[in-house]
Amino acid sequence: MMLVTAIVKPFALAEVRSGLEQHSVSGMTVGEVSGYGRQRGHTEVYRGGDYHVDFVPKVRIEVVVDDGAVDGVVDCVVQAARTGKIGDGKVWVTPVETVVRVRTGERGAEAL
Amino acid sequence: MDGLDTGDTAWMLASTALVLLMTPGLAFFYGGMVRSKSVLNMMMMSLSAIGLVGILWVLYGYSVAFGNDVGGGLLGNPAEAWGLKGLFVGSYTGDEISYPLSGTIPALVFVGFQATFAIITVALISGAVADRMKFGSWLVFAGIWATVVYFPVAHWVFAFSNDDTGVVGGWIANDLAAIDFAGGTAVHINAGAAALALALVIGKRLGWPREPMRPHNLPFVMLGAGLLWFGWFGFNAGSALGANGIAGFAMMNTIIATCAAMLGWLVTEKVRDGKPTSLGAASGVVAGLVAITPSCSSVSPLGAILLGVIAGVVCALAVGLKFRFGYDDSLDVVGVHLVGGLIGTILIGFLADPGSPAGVAGLFYGGGVDQLWRQVVGALAVLIYSFVLTYVIALIVKAIMGLRLDGEDEATGIDEVENAESAYDFSTLRSLSGAGTPRPDAATSAAATHVPAHASKES
Repeated sequence: MMLVTAIVKPFALAEVRSGLEQHSVSGMTVGEVSGYGRQRGHTEVYRGGDYHVDFVPKVRIEVVVDDGAVDGVVDCVVQAARTGKIGDGKVWVTPVETVVRVRTGERGAEAL
Repeated sequence: MDGLDTGDTAWMLASTALVLLMTPGLAFFYGGMVRSKSVLNMMMMSLSAIGLVGILWVLYGYSVAFGNDVGGGLLGNPAEAWGLKGLFVGSYTGDEISYPLSGTIPALVFVGFQATFAIITVALISGAVADRMKFGSWLVFAGIWATVVYFPVAHWVFAFSNDDTGVVGGWIANDLAAIDFAGGTAVHINAGAAALALALVIGKRLGWPREPMRPHNLPFVMLGAGLLWFGWFGFNAGSALGANGIAGFAMMNTIIATCAAMLGWLVTEKVRDGKPTSLGAASGVVAGLVAITPSCSSVSPLGAILLGVIAGVVCALAVGLKFRFGYDDSLDVVGVHLVGGLIGTILIGFLADPGSPAGVAGLFYGGGVDQLWRQVVGALAVLIYSFVLTYVIALIVKAIMGLRLDGEDEATGIDEVENAESAYDFSTLRSLSGAGTPRPDAATSAAATHVPAHASKES
């Protein structure tokens, strides 16, 4: 199993979600996060004073999927989140040892 | 009863309520501009000024400001109306109605109206010391400041001599004859100069100006600006002390100059920074209100537009001075109130229109420099008196009880440390039985012993 983590622009969340549903991904975890990559932050001005905001708001989406589905899911996220402008985000994949469904105690792919 | 005018009284009762509302309005204006960890303390400094100064005003403040002069136009007699002695008398019902009047209104209405001025002047200062002043020290400072700075200065500026009653008033109003209709000197220059002195003594916030200290709630600032403008009609038009043409004139100028100042500030931002901001619009409103305060009875509508634009542009530039000179006047009390007050007070010397209720001609209307020098002397006298006295008061309070929080408490946030509260509970973790709160220090554990037993069981 693999954990797919995507950091994307907040407004891309709806598209990513509907895209993943078509890939029969049955659940996901979403969080509001802040950070920067090449985009860096932006500048705000209050009463003439410049404030550089380094950490821009992003959404982190985490999905655990079967090994075979990884490539399709990653492509789907990338396609849904891409605007072609700087700051679109990143997607990475990490191996997952096991997964347990808390309610039933099922393990591995059964628990997804 | 002879001499009482019910229309005047009704307007002054309403004006008193309007001006009192300005201080909670100021709490929102200031509160929105600080970071979320110190919004409650910011609002409490304004609110506590209402409680504290309201009581001092009744005990002796009114008497010092409006009692018969004890010499030189410097001070009213504190013993004359101590505890409002002599004012809470009379018969209010029956055939022989009789009670003290002040002009055409009950004397107590005048006392109440002027109390609200003393309150907001003290509250204005608090913007300079956001995030870092011990609450107890603020109260002690505020009480001393009202006593030795505001009450005497209010006497100088607002206490007019009355030949009929033989009451002698203050030197700026009577001897110097500077025009300050509603308090450009006594309120705004006074509070602004005090703010500068207090900011210098207390020092900069941790991390200023390196760290960004963004306003945490600009809609609060907008709400505050709206309440201030609304209340300011009582401040300026109420200073006519009657429901009459002068009040109408003052009210109209309070609209005109404020509109012009808002536009002036926004244009300045657009040219300098590239974008007009909501904070700029709200600040421009207050700058315009400040500048028209002394001048609302003495300039024409076109004069008010010019005065407003100048106030908006100059104040928008003046708020940058703190970065150049390195004093942390956190919410720009100097840039808006001191500078705006100076603009409004001194421009009367140029723009005073003899056709206005004040009936004085400024330099541009052929009056020469006669009124101008009076305005400059009045403004500088209040500025210097307030700055020097405030500096000394702040040093004394600092020596006796300290002015500011220690560094760790300031970093944690003054709301939690000084009031044991936090303004917002948006985070899921924080609202779950105490999870996510920092380890209690000695001060908060002491407070925690007062929590009922059943509450602590849950956590």
